[in-house]
Amino acid sequence: MMKFIKKFYLVIIFIFLYAPMVTLIVFSFNNTKSRAKWGGFTFKWYAGLFNDSSIIQALINTLTIALLSSLIATLIGTIAALAMNNMKKLSKNILMGVTNIPMLNAEIVTGISLMLLFIFFKYRFGYVTILLAHITFNIPYVILSVAPRLKTLNPNIYEAALDLGANPLKAFFKVVFPDIMPGILSGFLMCFTMSIDDFIITHFTKGAGVDTLSTKIYAQVKKGIDPKMYALSTLIFVTVLVLLILVNYTPNKEKQRRLKGEKAK
Amino acid sequence: MGNKLITLENISKSYGSNTVLDELNLYINENEFLTLLGPSGCGKTTTLRIIGGFETPDTGKVIFDGKDITSLAPNKRQVNTVFQKYALFTHMTIAENIAFGLKIKKKSKAYIDDKIKYALKLVNLEDFANRMPDSLSGGQQQRIAIARAIVNEPKVLLLDEPLGALDLKLRQDMQYELIRLKNELGITFIYVTHDQEEALTMSDTIVVMNQGYIQQIGTPENIYNEPENAFVADFIGDSNIISGTMIHDELVEILNVKWACVDKGFGINKPVDVVIRPEDVELVKEDEGTIKGIVTNIIFKGVHYEMEVMANGFEWLVHSTSLFPVGTKVGIRVDPFNIQIMNKPESEDEEAIGVEE
Repeated sequence: MMKFIKKFYLVIIFIFLYAPMVTLIVFSFNNTKSRAKWGGFTFKWYAGLFNDSSIIQALINTLTIALLSSLIATLIGTIAALAMNNMKKLSKNILMGVTNIPMLNAEIVTGISLMLLFIFFKYRFGYVTILLAHITFNIPYVILSVAPRLKTLNPNIYEAALDLGANPLKAFFKVVFPDIMPGILSGFLMCFTMSIDDFIITHFTKGAGVDTLSTKIYAQVKKGIDPKMYALSTLIFVTVLVLLILVNYTPNKEKQRRLKGEKAK
Repeated sequence: MGNKLITLENISKSYGSNTVLDELNLYINENEFLTLLGPSGCGKTTTLRIIGGFETPDTGKVIFDGKDITSLAPNKRQVNTVFQKYALFTHMTIAENIAFGLKIKKKSKAYIDDKIKYALKLVNLEDFANRMPDSLSGGQQQRIAIARAIVNEPKVLLLDEPLGALDLKLRQDMQYELIRLKNELGITFIYVTHDQEEALTMSDTIVVMNQGYIQQIGTPENIYNEPENAFVADFIGDSNIISGTMIHDELVEILNVKWACVDKGFGINKPVDVVIRPEDVELVKEDEGTIKGIVTNIIFKGVHYEMEVMANGFEWLVHSTSLFPVGTKVGIRVDPFNIQIMNKPESEDEEAIGVEE
């Protein structure tokens, strides 16, 4: 009986979590525009989606911004984490706190602040402002995922590489970098999903005529919901799901390699 | 042996207001097993890191094979280091770890493969080439770290408390292993440890350090039998250190009793420290000893009993194979040859500090 209740409880939780998503996915295949009636199965919204050039442009914007902002944020964040790791404890803790604040801060505040900043510098809103904004909010995620790897790193391994004849650059890339790579990778993937996901900050920092998927959906919602948006949302959901699975899967890969090493003996 | 390989001249190093090394002078011979011994914070690891190139001294010079290498980068030095926590590269196999230095020097594949085989054989881990470091025990990892260092054919191997993380039995095995390696390779070993037993077992020369100063340099026998000051005596094994007065040559007064000894040249009525090793204290019948005492405590230590004997207000530490029960009145006698006289420390820095066991 207890077992049944446990299972029942679990099922309820999953229904609450995923029912809206499932509804959305189901309606993306619905052959009528109605939100109440099932009109048969169709791919036409998906097909229509890819024939709509403004939606495709928004998709390209979303993906390029996500990719570029993640790459740049990963680079800056990793370098920052490396520098912070070599600082004295007090300044390290202060800096760590400072990098945490933007993450805890309400997105709307971040969005408005960035908007004001760009206005203050008279910078034209557009693609570049969105990109800059995304880099900004992504950096803390990289630092947060790289710093713990660095903390557990044996400081002697860098010195050992120098000792064996490697110059500082080589020592870093051959020895330190592979050790912190999982942290860098999960930071990058985190940035990527955050960037694709973002609406509020993008909304405040975008210019007229430039849209990402999320702002595009928002604009269309006001005019009445186009089922193409169901199809689009389904695609975003699936993308994020895949990326999250990837993030959780990375540390396992390392373990597998280790196991393989043992077996090879 | 005999040729000076490394000379440290007037090396000083401080971190902020904390002076770690003060005007240190030391030379190390070719093919020597030299141990830097001292309590934590005595500057021994800093000295090693200066030789390895990981620290630059504030003043002074490091001369290696006739050349000044004080500011040479570590990757340009003909020394290799074995670190305390192994510092193996965990994402590489054992073979890749050992090949690391050779690949950087762009040696041929055949040469590298040969060297890997040779090094693994030398440390008795022939079958481990394709394993990952994490799958090895601490002792095995440390031997790989040694293998990784020696394939580069350094002139000097620096070892920074390499056995510190191993258990007692393994530590003793590794001590023999290190002596064997040193003899097979015929290179200079500079070894840092706080373990006096390790130092006595393996070294040709021991350098006892405390608070940034060298206290004594000598062979293990020399250091143990003739410590130059109370710190060295106390740090190297247990000992009874008693304040006394040198009446004249070959006669010293301790605990208000005059004792015959063999030391000369300290002057007349000069205050000195007297060291008597616990195994040199003989317990005899009450009337036959130089002074009388009473046994206050006994611990069985395996090879001997460790007894405490109260005599003339001083608690004597005695190691003996024969048992005198607590409360027994005994006499204490010491062979004149076993009474070691030392000058009182001249400065505060040289003074014996409490040493945790």
